[in-house]
Amino acid sequence: MTAPGSWRLPEADRPWLMRTYAGHSDARRSNELYRANLQRGQTGLSVAFDLPTQTGYDPDHELARGEVGKVGVSIAHRGDMATLLDGIPLQSMNTSMTINATAAWLLALYIVTAESQGVEQSQLQGTTQNDILKEYLSRGTYAFPPAPSMRLIADTIAYTVMHVPHWNPINICSYHLQEAGATPAQEIAYALSNAMAVLDTVRQRLGEDAEALMGEVFGRVSFFVNAGVRFIEEHAKLRAMAALWDELGRERYGVHDARQRRFRYGVQVNSLGLTEAQPENNVHRIALEALAVTLGRDARARAIQLPAWNEALGLPRPWDQQWSLRLQQILAFETDLLEYGDIFEGSVVIEGLVSELTQQARAELERVAQLGGAVEAVDYMKASLVQSQRERLRRIESGELTVVGLNRFTEGEPSPLTAGADGGILKVDPEVESQRKVEVEAWRAARDPDAVATALAELARVARTPDENVMPASIAAARAGVTTGEWAQTLRAAFGEYRAPTGVTDFPAEQSSQRLDQLREQVQELSSALGRRLKLLVGKPGLDGHSNGAEQIAVRARDAGFDVVYEGIRLTPAQIASAAAQEGVHVVGLSILSGSHGALIPAVIAALREAGVGELPVVVGGIIPEADLVALREAGVAAVYTPKDWDLNATLADIVRLVAARHGVELAAR
Amino acid sequence: MTGSVTRSMTRSMTRSMTERAEVDERPAQSLPASPGAALGARLARGELSAAAAALNLLETDTAEARREAVQLLDAVSVEALGHEPAAHIIGVTGPPGVGKSTLLCALLARWRAAERSVAIIAVDPSSRRSGGALLGDRARILHDPADGGVFIRSMAAGEQLGGVAPATRAAVAALSACFDVVVVETVGVGQSETDVAELADTVAVVVQPGSGDVLQFLKAGIMEIPDVLVVTKADLGALALRAQADLHAALRALGGAGRPVISVCAIPPTQGIEQLAEALEQHRRTLALPARRAAARRAHALADFAAEHGQRGLRALGGRRAGATWLERQPQQASLTQLRRALEERLPHP
Ligand code: B12
Ligand SMILES: Nc1nc2c(ncn2[C@@H]2O[C@H](COP(=O)(O)OP(=O)(O)OP(=O)(O)O)[C@@H](O)[C@H]2O)c(=O)[nH]1
Ligand SMILES: [Mg+2]
Repeated sequence: MTAPGSWRLPEADRPWLMRTYAGHSDARRSNELYRANLQRGQTGLSVAFDLPTQTGYDPDHELARGEVGKVGVSIAHRGDMATLLDGIPLQSMNTSMTINATAAWLLALYIVTAESQGVEQSQLQGTTQNDILKEYLSRGTYAFPPAPSMRLIADTIAYTVMHVPHWNPINICSYHLQEAGATPAQEIAYALSNAMAVLDTVRQRLGEDAEALMGEVFGRVSFFVNAGVRFIEEHAKLRAMAALWDELGRERYGVHDARQRRFRYGVQVNSLGLTEAQPENNVHRIALEALAVTLGRDARARAIQLPAWNEALGLPRPWDQQWSLRLQQILAFETDLLEYGDIFEGSVVIEGLVSELTQQARAELERVAQLGGAVEAVDYMKASLVQSQRERLRRIESGELTVVGLNRFTEGEPSPLTAGADGGILKVDPEVESQRKVEVEAWRAARDPDAVATALAELARVARTPDENVMPASIAAARAGVTTGEWAQTLRAAFGEYRAPTGVTDFPAEQSSQRLDQLREQVQELSSALGRRLKLLVGKPGLDGHSNGAEQIAVRARDAGFDVVYEGIRLTPAQIASAAAQEGVHVVGLSILSGSHGALIPAVIAALREAGVGELPVVVGGIIPEADLVALREAGVAAVYTPKDWDLNATLADIVRLVAARHGVELAAR
Repeated sequence: MTGSVTRSMTRSMTRSMTERAEVDERPAQSLPASPGAALGARLARGELSAAAAALNLLETDTAEARREAVQLLDAVSVEALGHEPAAHIIGVTGPPGVGKSTLLCALLARWRAAERSVAIIAVDPSSRRSGGALLGDRARILHDPADGGVFIRSMAAGEQLGGVAPATRAAVAALSACFDVVVVETVGVGQSETDVAELADTVAVVVQPGSGDVLQFLKAGIMEIPDVLVVTKADLGALALRAQADLHAALRALGGAGRPVISVCAIPPTQGIEQLAEALEQHRRTLALPARRAAARRAHALADFAAEHGQRGLRALGGRRAGATWLERQPQQASLTQLRRALEERLPHP
């Protein structure tokens, strides 16, 4: 018998950590932003780095063009890190850094900065994301091949377990898997497979110490998950994950202490489903998604960051982020959410969902294990995600999946939210890139060159000695004033470079449907007229890792009868132009979501001209604010597509007509 | 359902297709007879930059383009060049996803370090349902886009089940006139290995450890085809060693024990690439080149003939085999055009 009132907690729970994923331009401006956010009641920091920092290039590197300070803050050395954290007490702050390929380096900079504030590394609290497998699968900011990348992860874990005990050295991410299209079962299975690959590597690395330390290591592994708008199933997903994690700890890694087996997670709710059409609706979606990760006490998030209503338009302004923070605060401080025990205990529905998802996830876990584990199964998992995303888009197009304001209830009043002069988004000062270039040059000139050379030589030696830990040499390099680009280049030289699979493999083409068949006929007709099958190059210039759009366009174009060349993410304009020329394509389609289109699209067009194929029509897709359309057209872009253009068949039909017109082919009217 | 293209449009298309050939002509030289011949002449002169336009032409299936293609190929024939094209033509085949393109990436770096120019033709299957193809091999073959000594072209296999695309043979004939190494990558699904063997000087078959490929090869009876066997993903350790042992055993059983079997890891840190490159060259050095090239030209002529005249044409020859026998009676250095003519002469006159 339960005592009356025992469902009510004797004392309300403390709320989760409330964060805002933030950072842009340079360290100084981001520092101002952080201080303001902390004043507004935010309780932890979540640092967004720009893409050059995430992929290990300095602001003056060729590949950094157009990307410096855009989607996050540019951090090139310990001076930048000190400015970023100026006035923020590191002994008490909990800092989450979304950093992966260069995680060991940013951690080194953080430790050195704390040191200069007089704070010992043993006091530091926070998280480095440090999950490289999901970078290959979804996020795209990898730098090194799988084996050395796994070693870097093991190094940071081994180091922090010994020396920075309150640090979460890795955040296994299922968030990005869902954003790439994962179903709930895939999200669970691939994230847990990734975790196993990491834990196995660490276990091996610890050698004889493994027995004693595995519990500690296991306990330091936290997760970064997603929650979509089907919030009941999503809540069940988290409970399923928690149970499987506990089981894994017990059975595979022999962790006896239940506390060490607790499933600890932070969350960013789903952003893939946030729309450009009627963007105000996103606020409701975000609120419902937040319920998935807060309602049930037994699977409640430790830390939450929410996207903003203008997610699909561009970067959020401080006001937009404040609005999302207020949502968390209302949930935590106005509602009665935190006063009760687990409200789903004994729920037949939740239990049913949990067991269903667990079963599906086990099947997928088994498949990955059969392939040899997550590292070996990267190709398989990536292709499966592309396939799931494809299915999701197909369901939206067919109307099986309702997205309010997008494919249903589309008539409405114009949104006043986007009416302002800024179009409702944050614009990063375009001068940042050139300022950063000057600054990093000045930094290099002011250092002790011998100290830098010595530190890099030692780093190179350690990198080539697999048994040594890369952290101490990285910390020494940070002290010596080494830059992000130099650190990464040293490791690139030692480890070699790598390109992750595109996932765009030979899936069976889509079944016929009336609209697809019509498109197929058009493609066939134009191909016959040209004497050669219509050939499309889908290109991803710059450091942008958003591949969903490019992948889906590539697959659908093939399904429509195009021959499609797709080389994956992170290409230079020269690489794209050379491919277009050598491949003899009829049209070039570029996809950019990172906001670097202003610099990169004209650069690709210039490169095409240089490669002798300046006459090729160029179309662009991605996150392109309305205000930039004129400039793109003037640069020579024939058409621009944004998330509003969710009907892929219509977009491709448009491209067929464009190529036909360029070649003077009149297509039969349909 | 045919596009209404006017005649003048077709002509202007052909012009734009080969535009660069004309622009590049020195004014002092007399104008060539045709754009196809001009492109062929550029290739014969070693102009690697003509490769893309040449392939655009060779892939175009209009009556006019076909005529120009003949001109192009005549300009790079043994007769026109005065010798067999000097390239080393290498076929690389093996099951899907085994690591062929990644392997080419590693070989490419080695060949370029030795200053050998390289053309790669990567053939991918076409969807039977839509006719389109996803051409993804290029993504794996990293190279400097400013390096004019590298040319990579993806081709869809079209109706040729995963094997050699219709234009592949012509492309090889054209590119081998000016590149030092010409590679054809195809997905190995039975038929394509034999197709590749017909057009290459050296065939490398790539297998993956632990996949049961070896047994499949034995079953398919194509163990005769590879000149070099490659076990890739050697970093996967024990599995790779076992695959290599299986292969050696299989070869011994077939009496081909002398054939090189090489283990490689194609992703950094790479292993075995040097040995593989050496084995490929070793095979080429010991090859009776004129005979192998003549066989390739004959197979090419027969394939073209079959594509153009279909089953009826083949029947007129008394079947494919009889056609092949007839071609073997032609002189060894006979060009593609001459061989095709030899076949066409056997068609009943209307
Ligand atoms: C999914 C997503 C991710 C996934 C990407 C997974 C993947 N592999 O693609 C993950 C979680 C990894 C991710 C990460 C990041 N993201 Co993000 N992400 C999104 C999100 C939510 C959806 C994008 C998407 O995939 N949509 C679905 C596809 C199918 O649509 P689409 O690409 O827009 O394509 C459509 C059209 O645009 C067009 N199209 C697109 N390409 C092409 C090409 C051709 C040829 C044609 C014809 C048409 C076409 O057709 C498609 C069909 O409609 C957007 C916001 C949003 N809701 O749009 C933010 C967004 C793009 N992300 C953003 C940011 C900042 C990031 C990060 C850089 C954050 C950081 N600082 O680390 C990281 C790092 C990523 C990286 N390496 O570059 C910003 C970009 C800001 C800007 N432009 O100013 C956005 C806009 C969110 C925001 N408001 O802040 N992201
Ligand atoms: N571990 C390891 N992986 C490899 C090696 N070579 C290739 N791979 C991986 O195997 C996968 C397939 O490689 P590809 O080179 O695309 O294989 P392919 O045979 O060309 O594939 P298709 O052209 O699609 O048939 C990629 O993920 C490569 O990174 C290797 O030597 N070791
Ligand atoms: Mg390949």
